[in-house]
Amino acid sequence: MCLAVPGQIVSIEGNDPLELIGKVSFGGTMRKVNLSCVPEALIGDYVLVHAGMAISIIDASEAELTYQYLKEIDDLATAEDEANEIS
Amino acid sequence: MKYLDEYRNPKLARQLAHGISEITTHNWTIMEVCGGQTHAIVRFGIDSLLPGEITLLHGPGCPVCVTPVELIDKAIEIAVRPKVIFCSFGDMMRVPGTGKDLLSVKAEGADVRMVYSPFDALKMAVDNPDREIVFFAIGFETTAPANAMAVYQAKKRNIKNFSILVSHVLVPPAIEAILSSDNNRVQGFLAAGHVCAVMGYNEYIPIAGKYHVPIVVTGFEPLDILQGIYMVICQLEKGRAEVENQYSRAVKKDGNPQAIGIMNEVFRIIPRKWRGIGEMPKSGLGLKHEYSEYDAESRFGLTGYRVEESSECISGLILRGIKKPFDCEAFGKNCTPERPLGATMVSSEGACAAYYRYRRIAPNQ
Repeated sequence: MCLAVPGQIVSIEGNDPLELIGKVSFGGTMRKVNLSCVPEALIGDYVLVHAGMAISIIDASEAELTYQYLKEIDDLATAEDEANEIS
Repeated sequence: MKYLDEYRNPKLARQLAHGISEITTHNWTIMEVCGGQTHAIVRFGIDSLLPGEITLLHGPGCPVCVTPVELIDKAIEIAVRPKVIFCSFGDMMRVPGTGKDLLSVKAEGADVRMVYSPFDALKMAVDNPDREIVFFAIGFETTAPANAMAVYQAKKRNIKNFSILVSHVLVPPAIEAILSSDNNRVQGFLAAGHVCAVMGYNEYIPIAGKYHVPIVVTGFEPLDILQGIYMVICQLEKGRAEVENQYSRAVKKDGNPQAIGIMNEVFRIIPRKWRGIGEMPKSGLGLKHEYSEYDAESRFGLTGYRVEESSECISGLILRGIKKPFDCEAFGKNCTPERPLGATMVSSEGACAAYYRYRRIAPNQ
């Protein structure tokens, strides 16, 4: 129920900050989304959308950091496996 | 980057689970608060990747589950009135009240419609000026900004034929209720990432300190959940009890100020009854006086409902992490998703329904 889905902003319309509406692509499926809680969002940004409302802009650099951390675990484990195979 | 598939890599999941095993030296019990995380854990078998020392308990964070029977009865009472179009998220349609659910009254002719967002319901009010549009506003903090915004816009645009039936609940009071209970087993929490995307995590800092429990704000994909567990276990093994943020790509410490602003504009904190748990002080939201004309309960004159819950159902103990679904005599027998006895079986995000769907056989059988 509290799931929010990441989608990419394709266009933004409206001047009233409380009625800011964006067209958001969810893997190609377009939906109109209320962007008034993410007024700093730009076209091309990914936002988390829940119940027709964007609740957060996905921070690309933080996402990259998390993913790099996960990759490091993978690399370490692979190195460990290789070391075990050699010994 | 699509921020989805990258966090579902099975090889990385196994490596992360291996990392968790490496650092675990004691028995630990962790609760994921959110029903979405419960569903992901059971669906992807995340708990089966973990070492035997770690027990995952499934918390009360499913708003469909904890919406009290009385409110569903009220929803049905409103839905069958002439001129009403009753709008609800799909999850709520099959949840039984005392006698019926919204889908069955729809089959009998009531105008009940499934919507994706409260804004769809608001648009319906504009398009149907001779009808009364009522939206079933359930949810935790994640959903509150959208519902608040719909009411705010209705008032601003002077849309009179729109109202909401409010069943909003809050996460921190539920966590405190669990931790302050005498038979609490929970030693660490995965806090719900999307609730924190709205609210931030300042509210959890005093809870972590007072009860000495680590709380890690966690996302919803399998790798997020495993990393959240890893971070909780790291803290437990080192005797730390802090609030950490695994889901930093979506959650800031102070949350989303605009979202909090619109919630505070429209809602106020009130006591709420939770299905399976009972009434808790300051555990929910209701409309502020300035917006009371949009309250469906007063618009349709519905007050004073009281319903007793099944005494056979142990969902209250499951929601507080004291029991698990297989501990229940009724599980899968006279309690199934088609004929649920209580909170944790009524929604796919409830612990019992998730176990029923993905795991019919108890692990020791």
